[in-house]
Parts: sequence; C-alpha cells; structure tokens
Amino acid sequence: MVNLISGTAPPSTPVRGLKGVVLIVACALVLVPFLAVLSTSLADQQQITSSGGYVLFPHDPSFAAYEAIFRGGVVTRATIVSVLLTVVGSGLSIVVVVSIAYSLSRPGTWGQRPLLFIVLFTLLFSAGIIPNYLLIKELGLIDSYWALILPGLTSAFQIIIVRAFFLDVPAEIIDAARIDGANELQILTRVMLPLSKAVVAVVGLFSAVGYWNAYFNAILYINSPEKWPLQLVLRTYVVDNTQVGGDLPGEVMPPQQSLQMAILVVSLVPICLVYPFLQKHFAKGVVLGAVKG
Amino acid sequence: MTLVLQRKTVARSNQRTQKTLSGRQRFRRDRFLLLIGLPGILLLVLFHYVPLLGNVIAFKDYAPYLGITEAPWAGLDNFRVIVDGDPDFVNALVNTLVISFVQLVLVFPVPIALALLLNSLLSERLKRVAQSILYLPHFMSWVIVVAIFQHMLGNAGLYNTWARAHDLPLLTIIGNPDLFIPLITSQVIWKDAGWSTIIFLAAMSRVDTQLYESVAVDGGGRWRQLWHVTLPAIRPVIVLLLILRLGDVLSVGFEQIFLQQGPVGLDASEVLDTYVYNRGIVGGNWGVAAAVGLVKGLIGTILVLGANKVAHLFGERGVYSKW
Repeated sequence: MVNLISGTAPPSTPVRGLKGVVLIVACALVLVPFLAVLSTSLADQQQITSSGGYVLFPHDPSFAAYEAIFRGGVVTRATIVSVLLTVVGSGLSIVVVVSIAYSLSRPGTWGQRPLLFIVLFTLLFSAGIIPNYLLIKELGLIDSYWALILPGLTSAFQIIIVRAFFLDVPAEIIDAARIDGANELQILTRVMLPLSKAVVAVVGLFSAVGYWNAYFNAILYINSPEKWPLQLVLRTYVVDNTQVGGDLPGEVMPPQQSLQMAILVVSLVPICLVYPFLQKHFAKGVVLGAVKG
Repeated sequence: MTLVLQRKTVARSNQRTQKTLSGRQRFRRDRFLLLIGLPGILLLVLFHYVPLLGNVIAFKDYAPYLGITEAPWAGLDNFRVIVDGDPDFVNALVNTLVISFVQLVLVFPVPIALALLLNSLLSERLKRVAQSILYLPHFMSWVIVVAIFQHMLGNAGLYNTWARAHDLPLLTIIGNPDLFIPLITSQVIWKDAGWSTIIFLAAMSRVDTQLYESVAVDGGGRWRQLWHVTLPAIRPVIVLLLILRLGDVLSVGFEQIFLQQGPVGLDASEVLDTYVYNRGIVGGNWGVAAAVGLVKGLIGTILVLGANKVAHLFGERGVYSKW
C-alpha cells in the first residue's frame, strides 16, 4: 500500500517494530506508575504484605484507605483548603486577566503601549524568593491564604492569550453594541465574553492547575500546619514518609502504603478530571502563542 | 513559549489611531475602559514590580525585627560571598551549571526525537492516544512526580521489592548523592518530554506535503524526507528553544530539587535558588541571600535579553519583537 500523503511506501517491518516498541515503552513508563499508585491505594493489608509493598492489580478492591483519610483528619482539611484555594484563586484570576486583557484590547486607546509594556516586561524577570517574601511580610499576609492567592492572579502569558482573542473580535460587533447603548462593562460581559468562552475557560483551568499544584508558596508563607494545602500534606506523608497516623487513638488503620497512595490519588484526580479539556484546548493555545504573529 | 506581540495587531492599532483627538480627549474617551483594567494592573505592579524594591536589603544588614528601613547599611559586604568565592556559594553555582549543562544535553533532544516518532505514525488515532498518555505527567505537581519516583524506584519501592523477590540487581538511585543528577534529569524527562513535543509537532504539521512528495519523486525514502524536509522545518524552533534554554542556564528546577534535598544532602543538591532559600529564610542571612538572588536575577535577565538578541541574529523572532 502506498502512503498517500508522502508518496513513499510505508516503513519496513523492522523500523515499524522498533517504533512500536519505543512508543509502548514510553507510554508504559507513564502509565505503570499511575496504575501501581491507584491499585495500591485500593489494596488490603493481606495483599500488600504478600506482594512486599505495592500491587499492580488489586484482588479485591477496598476503599478503606479513602474512608480513613476522609474521616475528618489532616488530609480532609487539606483537601478542603486546596479546593477553596483553587476555586477562589482561579475565579479571581479569570476576572483579573480578562479585565486587563480587555482594557488593552481596543486599538488606539490612551496609554496602551506603555501599559502593555508593563505587562509584557514581567516575562523577562522575577524578583526572587527573598524580595517576594519581604513583600508578603510587609503586606501582613504571612500565614494568610491571600499570600497564596494574590501573587498568582496576574500572569502576563494568560493576559496575552486572552487579549489575542479579544483583538480578533471584529470591531463592527463592538461598534454595534455601543450604538445599542452598551457601556464598556456591558460590551465585555455581554459581547466579548460569550464570544471567547473557550479561551477564558482554558485560562481559568490553567490557573486552577497552578493553584492546585503549588506547594512552595505555602512552605514560604504559611506557618500553621492546619492551613496547609494538600500538596504539603502529600509532601509530608508521601515524600518524607511521615507515618500516617490515626487521628483517633486505638483506631485500626489500613496499611501505610494504601494510605499514602490514596493521598496521592486524591491529589491527582482533579487534574485527571480536567485533563481531557486541557489537552484539547491548550495544545491550541501553545501553538497560538507561538505561531500567531 | 514564544510570546510575540503581534505585528498585525500593532499595524491595526496604528491605523485605527484617531489622529484628530488629543491625548486628553482620548483619555476622556477611554477612561471607562482603562478603569476596568486598572485594578488588575495595580495588582500586577504590586506583585511583580514592587518586590524589586526589596532587593535593597542586599545592601543592608537586614534582620526581621529591624524591618527594611531601620536596618543599617552594609555597603557591598553581602556580595563578598560571590566575590571571595564562599565554598557553599561556589558549590551551589557549580551544581547549577553542571545540572543545567547535563539537562541541556540529555533532556533537550528527547522531545525532538519523540515528536519525530509521533509525527511518523501513520495512524492518526494511535498518535492521538500516545499524545494523551505522554502529555499527562506535565500537569502533575512536582510533589506528585517526586512521590511517584520515590515509591517506584526507592529502596522499598515497587521495582526494588520486585527485584529482590526475583534476585535481580537493585536500584539505589533514590537518596544517593552520586546519582542525584541522573535522578532529577530522568524526572524532568518523565514529566515534560511528552508535553514539549507540542511545539515541534506544530512546526512539523505546517510542512508543505508537496515537499515530501518531491523527495519521493526524486527517489528519496523516508530517511531522506526526515533529513531534508522535516528537520529543516523544525530547525528554527530548535534554535529558538535552545537559545532560550541557554538564557535560563542559572535556573534549574527549584521546586523539584528542594523536595529532594533532605536525603541526598546539600553537597550534591544545593543550587543557586535553594542556596538563596536555605541561606536567607532558613539561615537568617537575609542580606547575603538577597545579594546572591539579585545577582542571579540580573545575570538571568541579561542572559534572556542576550539570548533573544542572538535569536534575532539567527533570523528568528525571539520571545519578543520590536514593536
């Protein structure tokens, strides 16, 4: 059979075989760890003892580990903290990014070039750990959740992507809305946003992933362990291997490995849920950022 | 990624600028629009520009109880660690450069090879499935990635328990200072090699298929197509990303390395960013840490700007263009 696109015969069998092997190995390297994590979180003590620690296929899946971590202890609290940080952070981030992008998206407005420069210039430097810490301290935000939310609200990259979409909205539509008596805010919420739902959703999801995954800002700014987000709890129990203890004395706990892997699963499930959407749209976003121009 | 302020846009805005209006008239006309953006811009300035002022403590003998303004001036004393070559600082600098170099050589080519492989797949469906799987780790936090590596490859991890049961050689990569660089390098590849293929695949997808046909007409096989069409097509992207990577040579995965410093020790794992944290926020040497951070930031910015200049010289667009 001749390959229609390139006009040459398909590769020979050894080449195809080699490619297949490389591809399968690459995919297995990604999938097997996730499978082991998930399966171990569902395994019971007996199977974990007999397999020496980790299982790839649970005989008799049990949710005991999940019940244990969601009984209202450290992990439960951290999950709630992380969910709230993520929802509030990405919600506010959408508002901020969209409003900046919109105000810089109308050709020929006053002060646009210097303002745009201020936004773009942030891509070239970052102040560093110490100055950022001092700012949060001077603002009195140490140990406050706002220290984890506010600094991440304004991303120049996201502003540029949203602005690029707004720029592509035909000026006639905006003019028409204005003739109908709409003010700037109404044009933004009733005309621009409905037209750019997809990009706004993607930008929101990306900042949601950022908020969900952040851990170092909490190490820097949060002193009270009860305010820890999930990633820090994950670090303590799963990376540093601190014993996952029962919060109630004398309680029989599921095996450590199952508990650890269950915490890990909880921290990666939200990402997996939004992943199909991210993948579909963001591949476009990267290409847009790179290619447009 | 490349963030080009679009020329098209600028052209359009120039053309639409109403020359008949004075600055004040335009300000009056646009004031509501500007008002919408104002809170966001203020936040951006507060969290990106205002912290730069904090660098002043690089020239002070700062202590938290004194506060920034009360702390006595220290001249350039804090920069002595850099000039005199304090052993801890030199260790961090050397580690940073070595890790950067190793990752440039080992990490950079992987997504190119992977993209070529994906691009050569005849089945569109297979390609999409493989992409979906390979992109996934990019979205996992470093805590998750490090946790997974420890539990797969650690002493009591999945591989070693299995190898012990079957009398196979054990892996001692986790917590081993000698293998720290291979470990973090493989983590970077595992996490981001798939995702990094996107930009190369995008470049490959824009190749005119007639070029492949003409190679075929001239009697060239798939290797010739690869060599004479595909690789030249992605060369600009390769050059650009390589130059950008060079501009970023002083930054190596801070979050990733920070998580794993405990077991391997600072000799093997201290890099400039962790040095700033450990020396300043943990060790209380605020001024010194700020000085090192400031110098690193300045050199980093100069390198990025320089890299961009070089990209222009190579005829590429760079991260930003003149506009």
